[in-house]
Amino acid sequence: MSFGDFIYNNLVQFWELTGFANAQFGNFVMLAVGLFFIWLAIKKNFEPMLLVPIGFGILIGNIPFNAEAGLEIGIYEEGSVLNILYNGVAAGWYPPLIFLGIGAMTDFSALIANPKLMLIGAAAQFGIFGAYMVALAIGFSPDQAGAIAIIGGADGPTAIFLSSKLAPNLMGAIAVSAYSYMALVPVIQPPLMRLFTTKKERLIKMKPARAVSQNEKIIFPIVGMLLTCFVVPSGIPLLGMLFFGNLLRECGVTSRLAKTASNALTDIVTILLGMTVGASTQASQFLTPQTIFIFFLGFMAFIIASSSGVLFVKLFNLVLPKDKKINPLIGNAGVSAVPMSARISNNLGLEYDPSNYLLMHAMGPNVAGVIGSAVAAGVLLGFLA
Amino acid sequence: MKKTITLIAIALMMLAAAPGLSAQSRGALRINEVMVVNDSSLVDEYGRAHAWIELFNANYAPLEISSVFLTNDSTNKRKYPVPLGDVNTDIPKRQHVVFFADGEPNRGTFHTNFTLVPGQDNWIGVYDADGLTLIDEVTVPASLLPNQSWARTEDGAGEWAVRTGGQNDYITPSSANVIKDTNRKIEEFAKRDENGFGMTLMAMCIVFSALLLLCLCFYGIGKIGAAISKVRKFRAHGVERDTVPDELSAHDSGEEIAAIVMALHEHLNTHDAESTVLTINKVKRAYSPWSSKIYSLREVPEHRRGK
Repeated sequence: MSFGDFIYNNLVQFWELTGFANAQFGNFVMLAVGLFFIWLAIKKNFEPMLLVPIGFGILIGNIPFNAEAGLEIGIYEEGSVLNILYNGVAAGWYPPLIFLGIGAMTDFSALIANPKLMLIGAAAQFGIFGAYMVALAIGFSPDQAGAIAIIGGADGPTAIFLSSKLAPNLMGAIAVSAYSYMALVPVIQPPLMRLFTTKKERLIKMKPARAVSQNEKIIFPIVGMLLTCFVVPSGIPLLGMLFFGNLLRECGVTSRLAKTASNALTDIVTILLGMTVGASTQASQFLTPQTIFIFFLGFMAFIIASSSGVLFVKLFNLVLPKDKKINPLIGNAGVSAVPMSARISNNLGLEYDPSNYLLMHAMGPNVAGVIGSAVAAGVLLGFLA
Repeated sequence: MKKTITLIAIALMMLAAAPGLSAQSRGALRINEVMVVNDSSLVDEYGRAHAWIELFNANYAPLEISSVFLTNDSTNKRKYPVPLGDVNTDIPKRQHVVFFADGEPNRGTFHTNFTLVPGQDNWIGVYDADGLTLIDEVTVPASLLPNQSWARTEDGAGEWAVRTGGQNDYITPSSANVIKDTNRKIEEFAKRDENGFGMTLMAMCIVFSALLLLCLCFYGIGKIGAAISKVRKFRAHGVERDTVPDELSAHDSGEEIAAIVMALHEHLNTHDAESTVLTINKVKRAYSPWSSKIYSLREVPEHRRGK
């Protein structure tokens, strides 16, 4: 072999390894999806903390390469760097760490001051089970239907946790769908809230919540964890970490730990979780008819969840005394998109009455939604795993 | 004194928990299947067929069984100690190991120093490393025919039954006693709850109950907290609880208090006498070298002439 042939052969081999030689139509579709997510995050400010890592992860995961070359670079190739990072998603240990951070940054005072708001968080979980029924009707098996339906909880980490246990092959689509709809909460929820409420109802002013003592705040995570985990032990990873994070925050003697859990740790895990979830959406795995169904079901789950929260408040108001009526605009916050859906309640309330601040009232069902969706995930896991 | 009592309480709790911890690990070891006369079933690494005993790790975590005792004699509980230092004695979660009861322990870790006797009941026991705690035991009936096994109907649990090696009656040394090709729970849901209504009903009831329980609990805690703070407030003002008028004992919201204070300040320009006085002072930070900037910055190297 001449030197020229040697150089030529090596260059041909190198060309065969490049993305250009291995590109398929699906890769370009997914690259476009990734760019769209990044655009949504940067230009439209839709959940940038999630959509930027996911969007960029989609770009990383859809660079075409020759999988048969054994370079150990793909996210599904055992031992590759991306595969090691993806273990947190596949084995389901990123979501509980995120829940630790959520617990450490969440103030449950609104819920403690007005515990009946917890029931709104429970009612919104109808979204999950409504979507479960539709998923079964479409032809998904019960375990797949459960994994898809959890999108209705509007809780990305919970969706990833449950799908990693019940339907690992659908996890990429479920996670992207869950985060996409969470980002689109400001678009999806307001029309539903207007549709199901009258002008009079939107003007209901709720009494300011009572002050909550430090002792109550400390008791809440302990009792909350014990009660919910005794009822649903399969929710221990999520509920245990959520309430543990909250105890770190409220006990007053572990402020350093609470600060780390709510800032540095959450940021690190969010980056890794978002990026690897994005990278797991390789075109060959992601672009299937099932993905379209998952997105459709996710959308439906969100609609049912938001609507059932609002309608439950209206129903609840029928039995509440006149001076204790709840503004149904906080019903949408029963989904656990914290604090986005509570902010939407507040903004819509202000639109109809500039002096009606609903934010703190809406935070009650909002954090109850986090607990509710974790309980629902535990129930599905208990029944179907 | 208080500290000593606390320490003693902690020590007692740890002591009480110790057997539980032990039970959680080695206690999950189960005798799972036994064959007494083996002519044509499993052969050992030397190609010879012997009686065998299958153990199962019922834990969802690996279980190290070295130094556990296997015996067929209830008066000699430490008859065959499982040797130390063999990596194969670490049984993965929900997995099995097989011991050959050939009376030839020099052939390896999984060859016991006792044999099982055909035609009579064979008692087999597994004792923990202390040689006293019985982990599991089974009596294999004398009626067991050659090449039949005495096995649990489910791994690590259930009743014992004879396995003949027939179509639905597998003999399964070193593998699961029940061969599952589907998830039974999911099958049941798919069959009995086709439209998902049952799941929705059950799950929503559970979610509502969990949150309702939490809700009721915090109503109670809130009431108790309010009552305690009320009592403290009265005590601080030297007022007897029975003599307090209703309007005084009512709950004060922060907004109401702020409005009253603002009104007093605006119209009377006075301040009420309080038992506690809140004073806001400027805090002067004392100098400390630990927080001093000059100690945390590197000095710029100085070029000294003439040296």
